[in-house]
Amino acid sequence: MTEKTSGDLKLKGVTKRYDTFTAVDDLDLVIPRGSFFALLGPSGCGKTTTLRMVAGLDQPTIGQIWIGDQDITDTRAYQRNVNTVFQSYALFPHLSILDNVTFGLRRRKVSDYKAQAMEALELVQLAHIAKKKPGQLSGGMQQRVALARAIVNRPDVLLLDEPLGALDLKLRRQMQIELKQIQSEVGLTFVHVTHDQEEAMTMADTIAVMNSGRLEQVADPATLYERPTSTFVANFLGQSNLLKATVKGRTGTTAELDVHGVNLRLPVDRLKETTKELWLGVRPEKLRLVGSTDGDGADHSADDHAQQNRLTGVVVDASFTGLATNYMVRLPWGQELMVVQQNDGTRSAARGAEVSLGWAPEHGFALNASQDAHAGAQDQADDSGAI
Amino acid sequence: MVGQLVEGPVAVQLPRRARRNYTPYLLLVPGLAWLVVFFIVPMLSLASQSLQTGSVESGYTQTWNFQTYVDALSQFWPHFARSIVFAGTATVFTLLLAYPLAYFMAQKAGRWKNILLVLVIAPFFTSFLIRTLAWQTILTDNGPVVALARSLHFTNLLQSLSLTSNDSLMNSRFAVICGLTYNFLPFMILPLYANLERLDHSLIEAAGDLYATPIQTFWKVTWPLSLPGVVGGTLLTFIPAAGDFINSRLLGNTQTVMIGQVIDSEFLQIQDYAVAAALSFMLMAVIVVIVALYVRRAGTEELV
Repeated sequence: MTEKTSGDLKLKGVTKRYDTFTAVDDLDLVIPRGSFFALLGPSGCGKTTTLRMVAGLDQPTIGQIWIGDQDITDTRAYQRNVNTVFQSYALFPHLSILDNVTFGLRRRKVSDYKAQAMEALELVQLAHIAKKKPGQLSGGMQQRVALARAIVNRPDVLLLDEPLGALDLKLRRQMQIELKQIQSEVGLTFVHVTHDQEEAMTMADTIAVMNSGRLEQVADPATLYERPTSTFVANFLGQSNLLKATVKGRTGTTAELDVHGVNLRLPVDRLKETTKELWLGVRPEKLRLVGSTDGDGADHSADDHAQQNRLTGVVVDASFTGLATNYMVRLPWGQELMVVQQNDGTRSAARGAEVSLGWAPEHGFALNASQDAHAGAQDQADDSGAI
Repeated sequence: MVGQLVEGPVAVQLPRRARRNYTPYLLLVPGLAWLVVFFIVPMLSLASQSLQTGSVESGYTQTWNFQTYVDALSQFWPHFARSIVFAGTATVFTLLLAYPLAYFMAQKAGRWKNILLVLVIAPFFTSFLIRTLAWQTILTDNGPVVALARSLHFTNLLQSLSLTSNDSLMNSRFAVICGLTYNFLPFMILPLYANLERLDHSLIEAAGDLYATPIQTFWKVTWPLSLPGVVGGTLLTFIPAAGDFINSRLLGNTQTVMIGQVIDSEFLQIQDYAVAAALSFMLMAVIVVIVALYVRRAGTEELV
């Protein structure tokens, strides 16, 4: 009933309930073999529970987990060809680094375990410390040992549970790149759990965004960012300005929207045919300060054309961050928009200045008007604060 | 170090520094004084006593008579051997009983943890003597325990192992070992519990994740990591059990006399102080040697 050749990891209707709390709710997911897949979401969204169910450390209440054409739902952790890099690394403190790495191989009676372990340690550039104990290593080194200990078994699926969470920012950046390189080198399926949206976007081919035990959206990083399908995704991955809009009409490929009396445009394919009300979203860096409302010739000739969306407002806050300047612009109806303007020598504005904001219609995205415009924004703030 | 953190302006530093240097030593004085008065001095007095000759009536003189040691050992070596075998057996039994219990309490008991801990400590609210006497009642000839043991032919088994000499349970090696096991069980449970409670559960999960069956996980991860607790518990059980004289007196017979009982009677009944002191010293030496060999063998210093 499934494709015989594929070693894809499949979750079919997986649900995990604790007493009254549903940690994971009817999850359907296919993770292609050999991909670098990220499960992204705020704390308590069910991503770690999902991972533990794949590892065999927790049992799903309902649902099935398949690897290729094998149903592994009822097998124990030690019977699954799945390995985990634990958040705390969980290296055996009484064993040397080499014995840690050979642990899995020896349990499976692999004959040349030592050679394979040394090869894995070379992959993470730690062959020279094979005889040391975990307690003698730094956090970053322990993290790599944990990775080597899992990779050496060539599992069907390698699970990474916030593996970089305990590292400092610089080391984390470095390990993100290394992990990605190692994954493409060994070609194993990596499932990476994280609450760090930047980490997920940097590393993964495909990201599944989870919220309250459910999948919000599964897509590649660019699609998730440019075309979020829910207000949660729009706010959790980066920042979004959401404007309450009504569809006035559709002309060819363009939909005409009314936003508090202002006429704005959006490619018609972003909308369902029946949509009347929507949240019109636009990312802060897509907005351009195009000068005060009276306009000036240079700006108009440079980037204004008939298709440009325009809003006017007053700068209420401007903060210089080096790479860019972040503005808060208050619109006539009181809503404040975030604008990120690259410090590339183009226009800047002072607090109190009246400005016009422009963006290309194709940079807009439409979200279901019934959703909470602030969903996900708070989660993101909480999580980044916790690091 | 703490002083540096809380110290204020330079002006007040001098008097504080002077006090800071002496405070730790002052705090050591009561403990050291206690050890000197109640441990070092009695030890020296005991050493001196063991090398004196004389009697209680005529008084003792220091004669450096090492023959006392030779005589004491040749007469009482079976009691030494018996003490070590009994204490060793009881230690093994306490370990077998305590390990699963401590593991359950530490890793699985959840909110029952504290209640179970209180239950482990609860016997200490009653005197050691009363608890040992209670075993006389438990193992008494017309009691239910003996009846059950007989009907299961357990008494026959004990007899064939020469742990008992007839079909009752009291006044036998079996009863003494039972008493020792029971009395020292909490001393095994508590260190094991303290150790297993700190055992990181993710290590158990990691072992399972790395293809170790539950049994392999126990022997490759849990057991080696719990060795410090095992060593602590066995020492706390073996050392006092080897010198115990209550269990063998209340639950044993003339064939189960342990060295503690011998020392007790040499001091208080026979009043041969030299022999009693020599036996005490030898018991201490034997235990120190056994413990040193054991700790070295267990190699716990390698554990983090």
